[in-house]
Amino acid sequence: MAIGSDQVGNAAVTTARVALVGNPNTGKSTLFNALAGLNVRTGNYAGVTIEKKIGRCSVGTRTIELVDLPGTYSMAPRSPDELVAVEVLTDDLENEPPVEVIVCVVNAAQLQRNLFLVSQLLELGKPTVIALNMYDAIDSRGITIDVDRLSAQLGIDVIPTSASKRRGIAELKQAIEKHLVDPGPAPARERTLPESFYDVCGDFRESLLSGACTTGPSATAETALPDDYLIQRMLLDRGGESERRVIRRLGGGVLPPLMAARQKLATAVGDPIDMECNARYAWAKTKLDGVIGQTGRASSEITDRLDSVLTHRIGGLVCFVLVMLLIFQSIYAFSSIPMDMIDGATGFVSDSVSSMMAPGMLRSLLTDGVIAGVGGVLIFLPQIALLFFFLAVLEDCGYMARAAFLVDRVMTLFGLSGKSFLPMMSSFACAVPGVMATRVIENRRDRFATIMVAPLMSCSARLPVYLLLIGAFVPATKFLGGWLSMPAIVLMAMYMVGVLTAIPVAWILKKTILRGEVAPFVMELPEYKVPAIRVVLSRVWEASLAFVVRAGTLIFAASIVIWFAGYWPGDHTRQYELETQLETIAEDSPEAELIQLALQTESADLLEGSALGRVGHAIEPAVRPLGWDWKIGVGAIASFPAREVIIATLGTIYSLGGDADEEGLAGAMRASTHPDGSPVYTIPVALSIMVFFALCAQCVSTLLVIRRETNSWSWPILSFTYMTVLAYVGALVTYQVGSRFF
Amino acid sequence: MTTLDQLLPGQRGQIVQIDGVDGIASRLREMGFIPGEAVEYLRRAPLGGPVKCSIHGCRIAVRGGEARRVLVQPIG
Repeated sequence: MAIGSDQVGNAAVTTARVALVGNPNTGKSTLFNALAGLNVRTGNYAGVTIEKKIGRCSVGTRTIELVDLPGTYSMAPRSPDELVAVEVLTDDLENEPPVEVIVCVVNAAQLQRNLFLVSQLLELGKPTVIALNMYDAIDSRGITIDVDRLSAQLGIDVIPTSASKRRGIAELKQAIEKHLVDPGPAPARERTLPESFYDVCGDFRESLLSGACTTGPSATAETALPDDYLIQRMLLDRGGESERRVIRRLGGGVLPPLMAARQKLATAVGDPIDMECNARYAWAKTKLDGVIGQTGRASSEITDRLDSVLTHRIGGLVCFVLVMLLIFQSIYAFSSIPMDMIDGATGFVSDSVSSMMAPGMLRSLLTDGVIAGVGGVLIFLPQIALLFFFLAVLEDCGYMARAAFLVDRVMTLFGLSGKSFLPMMSSFACAVPGVMATRVIENRRDRFATIMVAPLMSCSARLPVYLLLIGAFVPATKFLGGWLSMPAIVLMAMYMVGVLTAIPVAWILKKTILRGEVAPFVMELPEYKVPAIRVVLSRVWEASLAFVVRAGTLIFAASIVIWFAGYWPGDHTRQYELETQLETIAEDSPEAELIQLALQTESADLLEGSALGRVGHAIEPAVRPLGWDWKIGVGAIASFPAREVIIATLGTIYSLGGDADEEGLAGAMRASTHPDGSPVYTIPVALSIMVFFALCAQCVSTLLVIRRETNSWSWPILSFTYMTVLAYVGALVTYQVGSRFF
Repeated sequence: MTTLDQLLPGQRGQIVQIDGVDGIASRLREMGFIPGEAVEYLRRAPLGGPVKCSIHGCRIAVRGGEARRVLVQPIG
């Protein structure tokens, strides 16, 4: 549900746009959540693929639109994420309202470094407020900050906040409101850099005006002339985004005067990058004069102590493996109660429908199609919520950056980097956010290689398939006094299949179409902190909601289509007669058993003769070498749009085939036999299905997001092709080798 | 004078210069690697992975290749 400005009843109310910006790891998202509460919607920036988060909140009597920008270190963007932050702040995105107030979130413990960005923001000439976040943490570090003095020296409001404890929120809102009530004249742009730099900028501007660039697409140079800010950035960032932007606007004619201006700049102040950084850090130093009192060590001892274990060259790797094992084991350990509850609820609904309706087409549609299909998928919600919970906790507490640090060396061996770790890890929840998370990778080749292997990580949609098959066919042998079980080990092995396959795939990509030099690697390791419960819960909530919506729409629709294909054509009169008879006689009479048997044969015959059955038999030769029967083949084909459909499909097939019994789908699968009486599902067959699902690209959403992020159809087509081939070969090898041993 | 990757764990150095003018050199400067600033070498990731160092009270991981571009004067 969108809560957009267009939906506000009173059209006279115009909502002011306030942008939230800051370095990564300053607690920006927590502050955003604290300000906006639940009034959050996500969308896309017009024309750009980056997702935006907009929250609405009231300050005083007004409602504002709060935009959460991606974290950035500087206004010289180096990744797609940073580029959007800069474009929004400079009002450069079409169809996006201008930003009226900037709230810069600053980590109180790292004031000096954070002031670098502040100094760049103050050159935008917009009202700016500083949220001095994580303010509660500085006491324990032995740091004191004279906030009033800092505010006076910067000439803007500085509000101490502790977003995780919800402190300072009201004061921050007041400070924002002050600028909205009385915007006043635009604040003077800070002039942080040496005077000679501004002289060169002025001269450059003159040379542009004098007509050197009228060859560009714009009518006159006057109207299209970039503002002072853009001119400054253009001179500072060699080959940067501002340069490209101005060339787009004015044409290549700007290049000669630009080169001349840069030359002049180099002789006046030396290398522009050196000059800028030195000047800004010097500026920060003067602004911090008398502001910070330090009585102890500046950095957190807790973080360093934890790091001495968690990033230790041996201990760190052991902890890493233990954390991963803990996650997989917990998915089993904590989810049985809610799963049983959902299972009970599904069973209750199914029984209620059966008892209220006479056997017939509609009842079959509801129980065999909708409830068997959607219910079979929904039951995995607790596990998916748990998986997202663990990932959100690991990310929010700061461990993910350590994991990236630990594995960087290994990742470089096959052409990726430690920065690829987080997107790949989030792909374990879902490849869609995983592919989007690659935006933090600055290097295009690294980014694309990560996008190509991210869908190999076992996402939560594969989890139901694994859980169903493991639950049905893997014995629950326990080891280590019950701390580790065989199903958990097999589950972990299935996750490893994807990971281990990603290695050669990435390596080949980096040796062929994505060949290039090793990209540099610089990454901040944030302080450890207690995860913000609200951030974690909102992630779990979003993921669960998305899963339920998917089950309610896509899986629902697929269930109905599959049910229809399995129902039609065929005369179901005799089937319903038998069902009616069965329901009128005592359950345990010998007669009931006979009718039950007749019913099963009748149902199975009807299914075999249905459209689904005919298609299934037609493709059977292709899936036979994998150890599959036609029912599994149909399930795999049907689940190309989304993996969970296999569960819905098998649920429907076995219900229609009359195989479903008290034990549900797992029981029906265990009981199902080939015409010769041998069981369909053996351990090699179950493994072959799992391997197929581990490697195959059965997810339209992922392919679409790859298309969006790479802005080309060739990458999703390549993903789909190579993954499908891998899946088939993988399943074939698994079955052929496995059946020699079992 | 030496480079950041050559310091010993726990050793501090004063930054003299960052080699190069490309994107990564400016990112390092933006993150506070500027001449005169003190940087502490903390540890190295397993198998010769990135170097973890502390500057301005922040912990930054840089790969060996990048650490070699940071010229430092060891302190003490």
